Amino acid sequence: MTYSYFPGCTLKNKAIDLDVYARKSAEALGFTLEEIPEWQCCGGEYPMAKDEIASKLSSVRALANARDSGHDLVTLCSACYNVLKQVNNDVATDENVAFKVNNYLKQDEIEYHGEAKVVHYLEILRDVVGWDKVKAAVKKPFTGKKIGAYYGCLLLRPGKVLQLDDPENPQLIEDFIKAIGGTPVIYAQRNECCGAYTMFEDESIPKNRTKKILSNAEDMGADFLVTSCPLCRYNLIKNKGDSKLDVIYFTELLAEALGLKEEK
Amino acid sequence: MEADLTKEIILQKSGVNPKKCMVCGKCSATCPNYDAMEYHPHQFVQMVENGDLEPLLQSKSIYACLSCFACLERCPRQVEPAKLIDGVRAFVEGQRGPHRLDPVQVPEHLDDDMPQQAIVSAFRKYKR
Amino acid sequence: MERIGVFVCHCGTNIAGTVDVEKVAEELGKVDGVVYSTHYTYMCSSAGQQMIEDHIKNDKLTGVVLCSCSPRMHEKTFRSCAERAGLNPFKVEVANIREQTSWVMKDMEQATEKAIALGKAAIAKTILDTPLIAGETPMTKRALVIGGGIAGITAALDIADAGFPVDIVEKDYTVGGKMAKLDKTFPTLDCASCIVTPKMTEVSQNPNIRILSASEVCRVSGYIGNFEIDIKRHPRYVDETKCTGCGACIEKCPNKKVPNSFNLGLNNRKAIDIPFAQAVPKVANIDATYCLHMKGLANGKDNVCGFCEKACAAGAIKFDQKEEIITEKYGAIIVATGYNPISLEKFDEYAYNQSPDVVSSLEFERLCNASGPTNGHLLRPSDGKEPKTIVFVQCVGSRCSADSTKGHEYCSKICCMYTAKHAILTRDHYPDTNCYVFYIDVRTPGKLFDEFYRRAVEQYGVHYIKGQVGKVTPQSDGTLDVQGSDLILNKQVHIKADMVVLAASIEADKSARPLATMLTTSMDNNDFFLEAHAKLRPVESPTAGIFLAGCCQGPKDIPETVAQSSGAAAKAICLLVKDKLKNDPCTANPDENACNGCGQCANVCPYGAISYIDKDFRGPNRTTITRHVSQVNSAMCHGCGACTVACPSGAMDLKGFSNKQILAEVDSVL
Repeated sequence: MTYSYFPGCTLKNKAIDLDVYARKSAEALGFTLEEIPEWQCCGGEYPMAKDEIASKLSSVRALANARDSGHDLVTLCSACYNVLKQVNNDVATDENVAFKVNNYLKQDEIEYHGEAKVVHYLEILRDVVGWDKVKAAVKKPFTGKKIGAYYGCLLLRPGKVLQLDDPENPQLIEDFIKAIGGTPVIYAQRNECCGAYTMFEDESIPKNRTKKILSNAEDMGADFLVTSCPLCRYNLIKNKGDSKLDVIYFTELLAEALGLKEEK
Repeated sequence: MEADLTKEIILQKSGVNPKKCMVCGKCSATCPNYDAMEYHPHQFVQMVENGDLEPLLQSKSIYACLSCFACLERCPRQVEPAKLIDGVRAFVEGQRGPHRLDPVQVPEHLDDDMPQQAIVSAFRKYKR
Repeated sequence: MERIGVFVCHCGTNIAGTVDVEKVAEELGKVDGVVYSTHYTYMCSSAGQQMIEDHIKNDKLTGVVLCSCSPRMHEKTFRSCAERAGLNPFKVEVANIREQTSWVMKDMEQATEKAIALGKAAIAKTILDTPLIAGETPMTKRALVIGGGIAGITAALDIADAGFPVDIVEKDYTVGGKMAKLDKTFPTLDCASCIVTPKMTEVSQNPNIRILSASEVCRVSGYIGNFEIDIKRHPRYVDETKCTGCGACIEKCPNKKVPNSFNLGLNNRKAIDIPFAQAVPKVANIDATYCLHMKGLANGKDNVCGFCEKACAAGAIKFDQKEEIITEKYGAIIVATGYNPISLEKFDEYAYNQSPDVVSSLEFERLCNASGPTNGHLLRPSDGKEPKTIVFVQCVGSRCSADSTKGHEYCSKICCMYTAKHAILTRDHYPDTNCYVFYIDVRTPGKLFDEFYRRAVEQYGVHYIKGQVGKVTPQSDGTLDVQGSDLILNKQVHIKADMVVLAASIEADKSARPLATMLTTSMDNNDFFLEAHAKLRPVESPTAGIFLAGCCQGPKDIPETVAQSSGAAAKAICLLVKDKLKNDPCTANPDENACNGCGQCANVCPYGAISYIDKDFRGPNRTTITRHVSQVNSAMCHGCGACTVACPSGAMDLKGFSNKQILAEVDSVL
């Protein structure tokens, strides 16, 4: 099965190895990621205001491209997932937004009304490949490792639009952890925000958030954390402080479990 | 008169109906960044409804909001305070004058590992 | 020659404010057949009714037309009026110039024109009205109470007291409902068991009452005074007539790991068990999904365990007990299906799924109850230690918006009071334990209710915080970090709690909606049974013969439940005391000579009132022809008219609303 792949800015640049892991793992599990040509940055944060139209266009262009290629749009990054899925929902349900967006896109000769479907890579593992098949493909299971899932905020909320999992009691990444042989650790702060972009406003904000998250995860017995958002990963590592917890991106973990990560 | 107009603009921008709020305080209870904010989500809703906008427009609380959607998810009345706070922020940033974050300020925060995502998201919120 | 009297009501300014009632009376007075036409401020008042009666007698009226409010309000009033004056009550018609005219229009000229048109139509109908005589049906003098909680028990006792036999159908293994699970009741702090168990005993000993436990209604047919009900009795695998409740079987049962639903899953029970010591009926029941012997039987082995059977001196164990359906007839039904707290699985911001020490209010009640999982000691489910700090969170799943996917729109009414009760009881038994209540409002409308809440604050030192809880984070040391807002002090507070109690919203039982469908009675969109009139008829459903009691009609506390139950019982007794019931004579009436036996009318009748018979008719040349013709049971017919529309030959007509009458109404309006 082929998917229209939206990598997002970070995965093609600062975190390019995470993109490579994702592609290799996909091939091993039987699906292909076909990168959308000339995709543009999603913006990182969903523009909430009703009169913000231009900032949604880059997302719509990517979605239209996916629709035209006949594939679902897949992304690895929580933030891209959040922006793309919410924008897709806007164009499909808000007449005003759909009208204005399509006016702008006339010059590109694109018309779009929310036909494409946005999925997250983990959704494909859960719904299309199936955890059993993932488990069967694992060569180096993380047996005995107690792994905490860090969802952050953008992967799950707003629950009504994203509908990926129960926003307060998700199982998605825990099931992933089990599939790669680890033991999931549940801790309440797993779906609370890391601080996002506020290091530009006040560095103490992500510091405080990180402390709360890591101390809770460590207290409940996690050996390390797995996450789906490059910004969460950055914040939690940068502001680690005294904590012993590492934070690893899920595609890296997946590639390692599938035996695809080259020994360095 | 001007306060009324500003309130009207912010309500239209955000699509929020503050009258739905029953002042339960769950939004402020759940806000992960409560302590860094001068005005809290429940106050934003009440102050906008009362037309008491000046303090909000001046406050830096609008830049402390993490856009994490927790208040939006947990509000029992679907008031969506996050969208209201963002509406005020968008209004303020939309005015003429300096932005909260200028490109020249970025290098002092940079380090080798910072993902583009951080900078892009910050510009979305702290600049028009 | 018809002599019609027209009476136009002002209804104060309700009608007269928008309709020129004088003009209406004047114009209608000119219609052929009308001999008297007048207007008056309140036709439904004593003076107004007297006016109608006087004119019927003095002007020798043969028909009466009221131009007034909806017939749903006062058709009955005016029909009785006519009857008193000696006029057949079915020669009275009502033109609705309030709900259909003055209340929905603003322009006086247009409203007056419409009122006149409606009045003319009513006159045309009245002229063609035939005097109808109401038929009678017999009354089955037996009542059915669906639900054996305090609502059902109260109603059953009242009806039995009046001398009528009553059946209580209860789907659980014991009566008592939620009240039997409570520890104390507010505001008196009466022990719930102490006040409900004597009632339960009364119900079991009353010769007029039969308890059908582990039973559910599965089919309803019939009508008021003559219901026929199928009741499904689920097997409990113990013979009720032989079991003495001695408990020997429970002692011998080796399977201790069965989740105890009576204690809401807080502890385990044996595979054979009696719900609690004061259960009525005090009869054991076997949980077939966990019973080793029954699981063995399912796998073809009949020699697994069976210790209970060997231990039972009365020989009451019956592994082969089957589901049974019994059919009974009743004259009146009382619905008392009660409530349940909502599921809290969507509220994991409170860590309900993450920590056993985050409990719902009913679970907390079980923990306080002396016959509960901890024998009445308030202990943490996780480690059995006493909690030193308890946080109570109000309004979980209540007062949500209409489009909420997690909770209900309404206020659950009882939570503010029971939380104050929980806090007082905790502080009373454990003076070292701190209690915090996060509230949006404190709702204490009943007698001595606000005083009770003030005692909690002033005498017992319970800390009430105006705000809500946003997140509960369980820690590895077993405590719970509770993050909440204090709106008065404008702070986000963190409380290190040992236990968190969530005041879960209450909702109708899952069996309520299917039951409403069976009874063909109405529900609102929260699955609460609808009352016939929100203000004036709170204990009757709109369906004749079916009455409502308790939380199935809306959240309420025990005194309100008991009051409503006695009210419902009184209504039921009013019915049962009659030997015969007068039917509404406006029923379908087939013309046998025009009926061609097609069967369409029987197909469309929602009440099953139409059947077909083979009848002999006189044919030409002294022959007899047998024809298949329709017959209407006028006791079951509700006069809906579906059959008259379906009938292709026009043989079916409706008394009081004949095809001719309807066409006459249309003609007069055009």
